[in-house]
Amino acid sequence: MDASQVIFILSAALIIASAVMVVSTRNLIQAALWLIATLFGVAILYAVLDAGFLAVVQVVVYIGAIAIMFIFAVMLTSKDMRDKGPQVNASWPGAALLGLLTFGGIFVILSKWDGLGKLPGEIPGGADALLAKLGVALTSPELFVLPFEVASILLLAALIGSVYVAMNKK
Amino acid sequence: MIPLSWYLYLSAALFSIGLFGVLARRNAVAILLSVELMLNAVNINLVAFWRYGNTASMAGQVFAIIVFAVAAAEVAVGLSLIYSIYRRRNTVIADELDLMKW
Repeated sequence: MDASQVIFILSAALIIASAVMVVSTRNLIQAALWLIATLFGVAILYAVLDAGFLAVVQVVVYIGAIAIMFIFAVMLTSKDMRDKGPQVNASWPGAALLGLLTFGGIFVILSKWDGLGKLPGEIPGGADALLAKLGVALTSPELFVLPFEVASILLLAALIGSVYVAMNKK
Repeated sequence: MIPLSWYLYLSAALFSIGLFGVLARRNAVAILLSVELMLNAVNINLVAFWRYGNTASMAGQVFAIIVFAVAAAEVAVGLSLIYSIYRRRNTVIADELDLMKW
C-alpha cells in the first residue's frame, strides 16, 4: 500500500463520516460545518487526482462561498437552531431503502464492468502543464469558450433572480 | 496507485447518502445541503474519469467547473426561495409547504 492509497482511504473515511453527519445532525449549523469537512475531503481527492486547480476552486468557491451562504441561510430562517420535533419525515425508511438500493444497483453494475482495475496513465508534459492547458481549453473558441460564457450568464441570471425573489416588496 | 473502482464506489456511497438526505430530511435547508453532497459525488466521478481516461483533453475538468457554477447558482436561487417562503409562511419545514398540493 503506497502513500496515495493511505491518503485516499483517510479522505474517503472523512468524506463518508461527515456526509453521514450532514444528513443526520439535528443542529443545522453543525450540519453545514460537517458539509465543509466533506468538501475538504473532496478537495484532497482532487489534489490526489492531479487536478490542483479544482482543489483550490473547491476550497474557494464551495467552502468560501457556498457553505458560508448555507450558514447565513440557517441563521436567517430559524429562531432556534435546535428546532424541536423529528428531523426526518414519516417516509424515511423508504428513503433509506432507496438510498441502499441505489448504492447496491451502482455496485452491481460496476462489478460487471471490466475497466474497474484501471490505473492512472502518465500525464503528457507533466502535471504542471495541466493548468495552462485548462486555461487554453476554457478560452479557446475551438474548445469550451461557449459553455464557459453560458455558465457566466447562468450565474448572472441566478444573481438577479435570487435578489428579486428574496427582496422585500413592501 | 489507486484503481479507478475506489473513486467510483466512494462517489456511489456519497451519492446514496445525499439521496437519503434529500428524501428524508424535513428542513428545506438540510435538503439543499444533501443536494450539495450529490453534486460533489458527481464531480468526483467526472474528475476521476478524466484522470483515468485521456488527460490530453481537458473536457472532464471543464465539465467539473461548469458543475461548480451550476451548484453556486442553484444554492443562491434555492436559499433565496427558502428565505422568501420563511418570510411569508414562517416555516422552512418541507412537509408544511403544501400550498400546491391537493
